[in-house]
Amino acid sequence: MSPPGVQDAINAVYVVAVLVFILGLKALSGPSTARRGILYAGIAMLLAVIATFFSPGLSNFGLIALGVIVGGLGGWYWARVVKMTAMPQMVAMFNGMGAGAAAAIAAVELLSNLSDRATAGLSIAGAIIGSISIAASVIAFLKLQGWLPSKPIVLPARQVVNTAVLGVGVAFGIYALLTAVTVWLLPFFVLLLLYGILLALPIGGADMPVVISLTNALTGVAVGLDGFALVNGPLGDAGYAMVIAGVLVGSAGSLLTLLMARAMNRSISNVFFGAFGATEETGVTVQGQLKPIVASDVAVMMAYANQVIIVPGYGMAVAQAQQKVKELADLLESKGVSVKFGIHPVAGRMPGHMNVLLAEVGISYDKLFDRDEINAEFPATDVVLVIGANDVVNPAAHRQGSPIYGMPILDVEKAKSVIVNKRGQGKGFAGIENDLFYRENCHMLYGDAQKAIGDIVSELKKAA
Amino acid sequence: MAADLWTALFIALLAVFTGYEVISRVPVLLHTPLMSGSNFIHGIVLVGAIVALGLATNPVEQAIGLVAVVMGALNVTGGYVVTERILAMFDRSKQKKGGAA
Repeated sequence: MSPPGVQDAINAVYVVAVLVFILGLKALSGPSTARRGILYAGIAMLLAVIATFFSPGLSNFGLIALGVIVGGLGGWYWARVVKMTAMPQMVAMFNGMGAGAAAAIAAVELLSNLSDRATAGLSIAGAIIGSISIAASVIAFLKLQGWLPSKPIVLPARQVVNTAVLGVGVAFGIYALLTAVTVWLLPFFVLLLLYGILLALPIGGADMPVVISLTNALTGVAVGLDGFALVNGPLGDAGYAMVIAGVLVGSAGSLLTLLMARAMNRSISNVFFGAFGATEETGVTVQGQLKPIVASDVAVMMAYANQVIIVPGYGMAVAQAQQKVKELADLLESKGVSVKFGIHPVAGRMPGHMNVLLAEVGISYDKLFDRDEINAEFPATDVVLVIGANDVVNPAAHRQGSPIYGMPILDVEKAKSVIVNKRGQGKGFAGIENDLFYRENCHMLYGDAQKAIGDIVSELKKAA
Repeated sequence: MAADLWTALFIALLAVFTGYEVISRVPVLLHTPLMSGSNFIHGIVLVGAIVALGLATNPVEQAIGLVAVVMGALNVTGGYVVTERILAMFDRSKQKKGGAA
């Protein structure tokens, strides 16, 4: 076995790393300490990785160094150059990489030691979850990047086919386990990757916050299971660190996923199996008509308002209009108008998406208000400007029988007047008419968000 | 089941509650950094990937192990940089321009 001392020192580093991970995660959950939190976690990770290099009995150092350098530089460069608006797909991609690594580790474990049933069983479990998570993450990436349509892609007999793919795939894994014949691992991995793809294809763009959050949790679980499989082998102590960090993420990530789903009043299974947004509501006609408005009128309304609330949505992200929004807010505040932002938890494509974009342009986060905080303010608000958000402000959520019935929304309709900026007359992601647009106090400002907000800004400047 | 597995099970159980307790009651503002940060933390998979590749004995295992190490390293550095970039924007002390890299 290893010379005494070295392994003890490595284990001590793992213990410290785990402690610092937990402190880091804790710090990440408070606004003023968050930045320290990621620094802590980064130091812990560095310590753990360096310590692992010194594990007795390792070989293939050239390959390890190659892999760390290629992956490390690639990840660093990619994450540096990507635009802030592309963050959701980046998070999905890096998450997928972790899941892929977990699946690959399980594959190596299975190839080298298929006869030890307990350990191999854990590796099979890690391989199942890791494979599903990487495939689903890659599909999420492709959808968010726009390389696949973000509308749900619904295949015929999907439930039956999906269940069959999963079932047969898992059966191959169990068969490989029982017979200890490695060749069965190939169809096992192929079918599970396929299942991950089939699982993610029918999920539409607006449900991505839940998908990203859930695959993140799944990857954590896969890493934890790999850790379980490793603890029995040589150098098992690295496995304990993986169990703790993986399970920590699995647990924290599951909680976040539930928060996301609850914010839409939908169950996780409805998000994954409901193919939400693929069908349109029929038989409901909305009374009234759409009333267009021009930027100069909006500028006048806002200039004379006491309070303006801005509700951003995915449309702001697509048009990259956040800088114009910041200019508008500054300009209004210089005229003595109170400006606040109403943020729906699932606005955008990842948890907290809008907060990130507004922070990017330097809008202070004490101007951003959660749904529960801002809803009481709408009746006392003169103008609400909705930028490219649709379902999260749709009063149909209060109407029984509507597909989004029960979803907690921002009650913008209660404001004295509502301006909705939209590119065209299309429906929202949920595929239903938005009653709000037809209300007496609602006007439509059509056009690309960046241009439309820019027009309001220049009208306001002209008037000044 | 080997004793090590039981130990790992006890540890996992405690980690579940730790993860839950540590992040319950998170403000919406921090949903992105928290998710991105936990995305970074499961980059610990790199440690397992290094062990798997370090113990690999034949070309097939080496090839898959190398893939694991590359992916793990991508997860670690990408996850860190993304989180750090997001949090840098939330930092009040440097609220003004220049934050957008």
